[in-house]
Amino acid sequence: MIGLAHFLTVAAIVFAIGLYGLLSKRTIVGILMSIELMLNAVNINLIAFSRFITPEVLTGQIFAIFTIAVAAAEVAVGMAMIFRVYYDRNTVHAARLDEMHW
Amino acid sequence: MFNQYALSHVVLIPLLPAISFIIVGFFLRRLPIVAATVSVGMSLISFALSLGVGYGVIAHNITVENPLIQRVPWLSIAGLKVDMGVYIDPISAMMLFIVTLVALMVQIYSIGYMRGDAGFGRFFAYLSLFASAMLGLVIAVNFVQMFVFWELVGLCSYLLIGYYFHKVSAREAAKKAFITTRIGDFGLLVGILFLQILFGTLDFQQLASNVPAYVAQHGTNLLTIVAILLFLGPIGKSGQFPLHVWLPDAMEGPTPVSALIHAATMVVAGVYLVARAFFLFSALPNAMEVIAWIGAFTACFAASIAFTQRDIKRILAYSTVSQLGYMMLALGVGSVTASMFHLMTHAFFKALMFLAAGAVLHGLPDKNDIFAMGGLRHKMPVTFAAMTIGVLAISGIPPFAGFFSKDEILLAVSQVSTPLYIIAVVTSFMTAFYMARLLIVVFCGSEKPDNHPHEAPMSMRIPLVVLGILAVIGGYIPYANHFGDWVRFGLASHEGLDWSIAATSTVLSILAISLAWHIYGSGKVSPYNLSWRFGALYKLSFRKYYVDEFYLWLNHTFVDGLGRILNWLEIHFVEGIVQGAANLPVGLGNLVRKAQTGKLQRYGLIMFGAMLIIVVWLVLLSPLFRGALSGGVY
Repeated sequence: MIGLAHFLTVAAIVFAIGLYGLLSKRTIVGILMSIELMLNAVNINLIAFSRFITPEVLTGQIFAIFTIAVAAAEVAVGMAMIFRVYYDRNTVHAARLDEMHW
Repeated sequence: MFNQYALSHVVLIPLLPAISFIIVGFFLRRLPIVAATVSVGMSLISFALSLGVGYGVIAHNITVENPLIQRVPWLSIAGLKVDMGVYIDPISAMMLFIVTLVALMVQIYSIGYMRGDAGFGRFFAYLSLFASAMLGLVIAVNFVQMFVFWELVGLCSYLLIGYYFHKVSAREAAKKAFITTRIGDFGLLVGILFLQILFGTLDFQQLASNVPAYVAQHGTNLLTIVAILLFLGPIGKSGQFPLHVWLPDAMEGPTPVSALIHAATMVVAGVYLVARAFFLFSALPNAMEVIAWIGAFTACFAASIAFTQRDIKRILAYSTVSQLGYMMLALGVGSVTASMFHLMTHAFFKALMFLAAGAVLHGLPDKNDIFAMGGLRHKMPVTFAAMTIGVLAISGIPPFAGFFSKDEILLAVSQVSTPLYIIAVVTSFMTAFYMARLLIVVFCGSEKPDNHPHEAPMSMRIPLVVLGILAVIGGYIPYANHFGDWVRFGLASHEGLDWSIAATSTVLSILAISLAWHIYGSGKVSPYNLSWRFGALYKLSFRKYYVDEFYLWLNHTFVDGLGRILNWLEIHFVEGIVQGAANLPVGLGNLVRKAQTGKLQRYGLIMFGAMLIIVVWLVLLSPLFRGALSGGVY
């Protein structure tokens, strides 16, 4: 029987993979994809909690839909910015985009 | 009838010129004729009211002992109650008469003198304000009211001396007058504060009744210091040594202003203050001695400077300083009567001479040097007559006004101190000499070919005639009508002529005039050679004893020196503290700003690391979280 704990475990694994990607990917495209992973881990959590704890109301599921929508917008904006940065700097390497410091 | 009205409406006397100032100053500056009409009209009403007050004082037997006083509360806080009001006794009534008369004459004169000037309306506005301020001072009931108007007078003198503000010298002279008198005013203010602390009141009447008891109880030591602090104000305002330096420079203003400043307003304010506060000064013998000696020294000192000056107005200015010294001397030896009498006659003949000098300058524009004039008596007969009357009056030749008042002073001085009397007589001799010198050099001798003088217009001649008549009879009529019974302090001091004193001073004056004629008029002696023979003395006098230079040096050495020391302190101490306070956050910022690397993923790492630490910390330490953990998930 697959229970809440299994869902949470999957979500945690996905979140950890996303976090690892966020911290270790060299390009900002990869970082953006990692953020998507983390968001989706959260979505799994939300739906699992909704399904197992409050099945009578759909709050968690609606939240998940919101998250997906926001994530889609975020990707659109993020990709646009990445393109701009690429036009400007000719690179998408996070380590090279470090002008904003003291 | 009219005097009743005047006595109950004394407040109108300063108020009307003030109204005229507002109307002319704010609305009529572009309309010269209307401005002059309003201004002169207000002065005329004011003068008529003053006459009514003067008559009322005599008719209602208002004496020094029972003055007419009206008070209105002005400000009232705990421990300090200040009134504004009207204080009418024979002294202030006389002053009202003089001030309104001279102000009126000067305004009529200015119509002709300032004709065509771009600032005509502004000039009349200032003149009105000046007269108003002085009249407010004259009727003051307490020291605060007097001080307020005292400062207002100072402001007006600043505005009028600096009237030609496009000239650097006029601006400088205005500043000099303002700052120099301010030094004295500071002493006056401190003295007033002391009086408030000692007596709890500043009202003249209350002070007059409190001072004798205080002196009897506490002695005179502290009060003498207070009195001398108070006297600093008159020293500055009345051009007494060592603060006389502004008065000759005040010549930068238009000549009618000089007449007003020197005759009726401003400089006599100091003399008037001492006379008004005489209940205080007369109780303090040491303070009186200071006043007498400063007066005598100023009289002699200024006269010796006037000897060698070449600028016509400057000679008159030094003669004013000298005559003010006389008035102070008279006060110092305890004779308010003599001082006020001389103040009055001096107002007549000094205004007369200044207006005559103005007529000369009007006829000969841009010439101030008396040696560049000469022979003006043919072309300017009225001015010549006016100046002659003025010179004879100031020299003390009977029966001109100055004779009687100067005799009163000499008499009062001779009864108190012989050295002072000798100084006064010597000054009288010098006065006659330098005034005769001015008259002879300017009006006698031959005409200079490149001068084209012309007589002054009618509006300038009328004041000359009026003041000329007053300078002739203005001594005799009050003298014969018991002036001293009215204007006095304490007992009446009218004693009649002392023939030996009168004869001495008259003979000396005639001698001095003859000497001046011999040197400057007869052509037998060359003044130029004479000045060479007394080279050092001549130079000393011509450069005004280097007092101005001394003040400049003092300024450069001490004031600038102090400035440099304070500048050094500022840079090294105050600046250090401020810089230190600024450096602290900068240092802290330098320490922590290394953390800002710009590396995106390092920020992320730190963020999640910190989050992890917080979560672990909460989980480990919080009983709530521990309970949740041990309770398991739902």
